[in-house]
Amino acid sequence: MTATEPEAEVRELTYLGAFNEALFQLMREDEDIFIAGEDVGLTGGVFGSFAGLIDEFGERRCVDTPISEQAIVGLGIGAAVSGLRPIVDLMFMDFILVAMDQIANQAAKLKYMFGGNATLPLTITTNGGAGVSAAAQHSQSLEAMLCHVPGLKVVMPSSPADLKGLLVACVREDNPTILVKNKRMFGKRGPVPEALYEIPLGVGNVVREGTDVTVVAYGRMVPESEKAAERLAEEGVSCEIVDPRTVQPLDTDLLVASARKTNRVVVVHEAVRFGGLGAEIAAQIQEEAFDYLDAPVARIAAPFSPIPFSPGLERHYVPNAKRISEGILETLGRPVPGA
Amino acid sequence: MEPTVDILKDLHYRMLRIRLFEEAAGRLFEGNKMPGFLHLYVGQEAVAAGVCVAMRDDDQVSSTHRGHGHLVAKGGDLNKMMAELMGKADGYCNGKGGSMHICDLDLNMLGANGIVGGGTPIAVGAGFANKYKGNDTVSVAFFGDGSTNIGAFHEAINMAAALRLPVLFVCENNEYGEYTRRDKVMAINDVVDRAAGYGIPGVIVDGMDAVAVYEAAVEGLARARRGEGPTFIEAKTYRYYNHHGVQTLGMKYRTDEEVDAWKAKDCIEGFERRVTEAGLISADELAAVRVELEAEVEAAVEFGENSPLPEVSTLLTDVYTEVSR
Ligand SMILES: Cc1ncc(C[n+]2csc(CCOP(=O)(O)OP(=O)(O)O)c2C)c(N)n1
Ligand SMILES: [Mg+2]
Repeated sequence: MTATEPEAEVRELTYLGAFNEALFQLMREDEDIFIAGEDVGLTGGVFGSFAGLIDEFGERRCVDTPISEQAIVGLGIGAAVSGLRPIVDLMFMDFILVAMDQIANQAAKLKYMFGGNATLPLTITTNGGAGVSAAAQHSQSLEAMLCHVPGLKVVMPSSPADLKGLLVACVREDNPTILVKNKRMFGKRGPVPEALYEIPLGVGNVVREGTDVTVVAYGRMVPESEKAAERLAEEGVSCEIVDPRTVQPLDTDLLVASARKTNRVVVVHEAVRFGGLGAEIAAQIQEEAFDYLDAPVARIAAPFSPIPFSPGLERHYVPNAKRISEGILETLGRPVPGA
Repeated sequence: MEPTVDILKDLHYRMLRIRLFEEAAGRLFEGNKMPGFLHLYVGQEAVAAGVCVAMRDDDQVSSTHRGHGHLVAKGGDLNKMMAELMGKADGYCNGKGGSMHICDLDLNMLGANGIVGGGTPIAVGAGFANKYKGNDTVSVAFFGDGSTNIGAFHEAINMAAALRLPVLFVCENNEYGEYTRRDKVMAINDVVDRAAGYGIPGVIVDGMDAVAVYEAAVEGLARARRGEGPTFIEAKTYRYYNHHGVQTLGMKYRTDEEVDAWKAKDCIEGFERRVTEAGLISADELAAVRVELEAEVEAAVEFGENSPLPEVSTLLTDVYTEVSR
């Protein structure tokens, strides 16, 4: 947690509960905020993210849209340049691909192409991540694609408290932001301050301090890395876990500082390894901390295939605590059990 | 075209085969034996059966997230279907696809689809290939009312119309897209009104009446085969279960009375009543078909349950076609 968070009453909330609470508080604070997307109104979102909002804010501010991802994002862009502060929802992260023109060619570039003459306070919310047998078109982690496009900011929260604070920052931000919740974290509980607070975009978080190795992880790979770190602690390995929280812009300073301290880095993400953020992070770390590294920066990520449906295959696809521990041990040059 | 008794029997057989398969899948889902999402087709059987009976075997089908019915109606192997839904190695996609990606290319069923609107352009591509090759095969795009609101649908149907491709567009209008009522997301009462905008003929049929669907499909397929381009059929129908899973009643977005009113028009019960009353098929014969199909479905469940999970070694296969030079 960062210093910007006030001392306030802290309760346990679920990941989705924290998201939902932030929306209520934001919409009470600012009339210009509305939500739009498929089933976000009457149904409160297919996962319950938007539950109850329509009861307080009505259909004017909670808009059930047709199944029209391009137009949903376009609606947000047009409304944003017209002075509103839209939050538009794409049910699954995979569906950003349907709306990619509006996201990457329009939202991301408008300000620049117009020589600065446009401001886009637009937030796109969506749900990513594998591990629920949702198969190849409902499980992807496509953040690298988004981070590659100048003009977008991309957020991957790893806890209920971060989700709330980062959503607030996204909505108050005068640039297009994409906030990706992880489907397997919806019910995960954690302490969340009741008051409205902001976690600034581009500021990472040292989730766990350690001395032997830096694990860079975001989204659901943070709790998974924490599990690995717990296990390894019993074997005397001290892991530092650094969560950039925002993957675009990336808190390179924080990652580099940790790399310089521990001299070894393992990057973990759910997305496919090839061309994933791990490659960018590894590159930045070797640029800034080459002389400090005692081992190559390792990447633990999904293999190069679409996401399989069968649980029998999918459990070998998504990185887990076991694979993370093994990767850490390898990077430390320690024997890997069973290897 | 008035269906013959053989055709009536075929319609009944395919509808019931879908129904029994889906009900069994629903039970497995409830018993946690089926991972992921399950979008059941129950209620809409007359549409898949009516269209597929009118089709030739070489005619292709593109489908949706609610796709089991289309594959069963195309003659899908229930064993392989059930195994796929369970994520097993002997499934149609070797466990890689599941419910939303089930397919049988040999039966010209070009796959269910997880992306709303994703399948319709594929049917248009198949139609293009047929015209290109100069054969008289037709492709059929099945799609929901909700999918007609997405860009891919518009682009695909316009292209098919402009290029006069042999494609039949079959809209299964069940009045909802997930939990949102159709009238909230389109300003027309009949989806078929869209056809005029593409310059193609459109008809509305009672989607609870397999014969009506069949007759409309015969027309549309013949038109396409004659090289006169696409036709739009809107079948008014209803899904009995929730968008996903097996709940039927007590939903916030639709009333139980509405569900009951549609069930009173059930495509299978109504069909059985009409054909027996008209003396076209005997009640005994219908009952015998049911017994036969129940056994087939039961065997499929057993097959699925006994099939192993896929080998881990298959995780990275099938990403690309192996280069063979
Ligand atoms: C591009 C895209 N957007 C949203 C979804 C989520 N989704 C799956 S089915 C569905 C409703 C589809 O409605 P309709 O086309 O009427 O088909 P039905 O479910 O009624 O058979 C939605 C919104 C999706 N799969 N793909
Ligand atoms: Mg529908």
